[in-house]
Amino acid sequence: MAFEGLSERMQSIMRKLRGKGKVTEADVKEAMREVRLALLEADVNFRVVRDFVNRVKERVVGQEVMRSLTPGQQVIKVVNEELTQLMGGERSKLNQALRSPTVIMMVGLQGTGKTTSSGKLARYFQKQNRRTLLVAGDVYRPAAIRQLEVLGESLDTPVFSLGDQESPVVIARRGVEKAREEGFDYVIIDTAGRLHIDEEMMGELRKIREQVSPDEILLVVDAMTGQDAVNVAESFNQQLGLTGVVLTKLDGDTRGGAALSVKAVTDCPIKFVGTGEKTDALEPFFPDRMASRILGMGDVLTLIEKAQSAVDQEKARDLERKMRTLTFTFDDFLDQLQQVRKMGPLEDMLSMLPDVGQMKGLKNVQVDEKQLVRVEAIIRSMTPQEKSHPEILNASRRKRIARGSGTTVQDVNRLIKQFNDMKKMMKQFTQMAKGKKKKKRGGFRFPFMS
Amino acid sequence: MSFFQKLKESVQQKTETVTQKFMTGLSKTSHNFVSAISDLFSRTNRIDEDLYEELEEILIGADVGVKTTIDLVERLREEVKARKIKEPAELKSLLSEVISEILKRNEQEQHLRLNEDGLTVILFVGVNGVGKTTTIGKLAHRFKNEGKKVILAAGDTFRAGAIEQLETWGQRIGVDVIRHQAGSDPAAVIYDGIHAARSRKADILLCDTAGRLQNKVNLMEELKKVHRVVQRESPGAPHDVLLVLDATTGQNALVQARQFGQAVNVSGIVLTKLDGTAKGGMVIAINHELNLPVKLVGLGEKADDLQDFDSDQFLHALFRDMIEAEEGNS
Ligand SMILES: Nc1nc2c(ncn2[C@@H]2O[C@H](COP(=O)(O)OP(=O)(O)OP(=O)(O)O)[C@@H](O)[C@H]2O)c(=O)[nH]1
Ligand SMILES: [Mg+2]
Repeated sequence: MAFEGLSERMQSIMRKLRGKGKVTEADVKEAMREVRLALLEADVNFRVVRDFVNRVKERVVGQEVMRSLTPGQQVIKVVNEELTQLMGGERSKLNQALRSPTVIMMVGLQGTGKTTSSGKLARYFQKQNRRTLLVAGDVYRPAAIRQLEVLGESLDTPVFSLGDQESPVVIARRGVEKAREEGFDYVIIDTAGRLHIDEEMMGELRKIREQVSPDEILLVVDAMTGQDAVNVAESFNQQLGLTGVVLTKLDGDTRGGAALSVKAVTDCPIKFVGTGEKTDALEPFFPDRMASRILGMGDVLTLIEKAQSAVDQEKARDLERKMRTLTFTFDDFLDQLQQVRKMGPLEDMLSMLPDVGQMKGLKNVQVDEKQLVRVEAIIRSMTPQEKSHPEILNASRRKRIARGSGTTVQDVNRLIKQFNDMKKMMKQFTQMAKGKKKKKRGGFRFPFMS
Repeated sequence: MSFFQKLKESVQQKTETVTQKFMTGLSKTSHNFVSAISDLFSRTNRIDEDLYEELEEILIGADVGVKTTIDLVERLREEVKARKIKEPAELKSLLSEVISEILKRNEQEQHLRLNEDGLTVILFVGVNGVGKTTTIGKLAHRFKNEGKKVILAAGDTFRAGAIEQLETWGQRIGVDVIRHQAGSDPAAVIYDGIHAARSRKADILLCDTAGRLQNKVNLMEELKKVHRVVQRESPGAPHDVLLVLDATTGQNALVQARQFGQAVNVSGIVLTKLDGTAKGGMVIAINHELNLPVKLVGLGEKADDLQDFDSDQFLHALFRDMIEAEEGNS
């Protein structure tokens, strides 16, 4: 993350305040300045920020917030609540046609991810056993039709195309007709990316809309969009009447303030978010999570969900027992490692953690995937006996392992040391659990964190 | 001579059409930005905190970024003090002077590094959808018109239809495209590209790569491998590693520049989609914080919608209304 989270900034302000006893108006002003900067750094449009900060200020000043014991936390709470509220409060569903097919039109600037999102939506419906017809309406960008066809093939979903010589208006109309005749549940019209100020191209979208009366007109917005997001969204909305937004590329490390800007100017709910290049990477939008992300407070909920789905409960219990009885071996270690990796790239996970207080140490953690691979290779080069009885690992065995895994003896030594440290730590934990020792914080590191 | 006059003269010396292209491409940008600033300066008659704060908002609104904006405004304050400036109107010229200074800092690095006696290899990198492939098409068109022999390498083997997209550009402008199957190793495609370019005695090899987000460790490793292959197979290459940035992108552009820079030693920026309403303020932030020159700008989707970046023209277009206003007064 390139920027400090709001939580951290608030904490540093509040540290300064501590001991002063009373929070003054000037203090509120400074806190609000931090809120403002945090939002601006997250790319929320400055006008949207101005309105937002004023609203929050009213609530903060009018309330007990500043007299509470933890004013910093309280301010963040109010900000978070207001943000969540502004982004729609609850999840919002897709409109359904009374009679099938439900017609969805994808629109947006160039390169935002309309075609990929069309494929992902088709996949999403497929998982609900619904049939989708994809319509190739981008006749301008070279090979755009081909892109949709390849996606369709990989999803076993038909793609309707009339080549790139026919007008997109005709293609859309004929596509919807076909979907109706053949009893499809959904028809998704992919359109070419265009600038909102390109009158001719915007006129084309209006014509398509007139021809096919879509149930959904989804604006596809790149989560990395800057201040211009308001102009784009406002303009598309005025010219077409949007029904929703798809926010793409959220698997990047942007804070995604555009989400807030777009919602504020169009009042259209964000219905889906794109979180990867694969067709499965489409998720419903959760305003509360987005709020935390914009504020740099991490996405703890998502992290927990990911952990729950990836970690085998059975294995977890098993591991817990081994930790208790201190019979943890290199096999278990490897197992652990693989479970962690199943949760996705480690950096993605770390970026979901909040930057709050005690977690601070984690912020500087650099996950080295190469290091991970090395650790795996070393363990795999051990014999079963060595794995379960690491104490037999003498110098010649270590040398053999290093050669077998393409690493150095130092690498092997380091891993063994870390493994032993980990075991020691577990001993402390177990004793801690039994109430023998005082709780000890920090110090624990997986070997792949440097 | 006032700063604006100097700017104008410098622009007049450049070819009319190029300036025209810049102006149409940037007209929206320029209009919004400038009218906001003009508005601000004519409304107030005192240089005070409110004025600075509003100025800050305008710059942030142009995606200049929080840090650069604060630095810029700080510079303004110092200059105002040092030069004992009282009139808000004088701030106008001062602001563009300060920005111009930043943009010019990397000017000598602004041109593409062409290898005069042999093959020039240029690698294009960037996140998804910013305009890498299109820029390659446009640049190939330019080189071809200059009489150079150009070859394209279809290094995006991942995104559906990416190879066909580059091939279509190749056919359109009449240059060869080296390709493998979808899904194959990008480094191998680039390897073949280099060898084909050499045996066919090409002057320029333009290498496309798949769009990737800078926080994907594995994909960045893949890119490093491509980069290493280029270095190994052709001494002195890549002559340029161009990071393509979408002008609509906000603060993340800086993160992109930083991360890609670290991974593959980016030598310059291509700023695309400046024909939209995005303000292009990132150019300022990137120069200010990373000292990476902007080499090319994209002003549309057609083959000839590509220009060399020119800070004078950029500023001139950005401050056009103001320049005209100043002339009207004198
Ligand atoms: N208006 C405008 N559109 C542009 C410009 N440059 C590229 N585009 C459009 O942006 C879209 C994406 O461009 P591509 O060249 O496919 O981008 P890319 O970076 O190769 O994308 P991936 O390979 O998918 O990562 C296309 O629709 C282009 O026509 C520009 O300067 N102005
Ligand atoms: Mg491409």
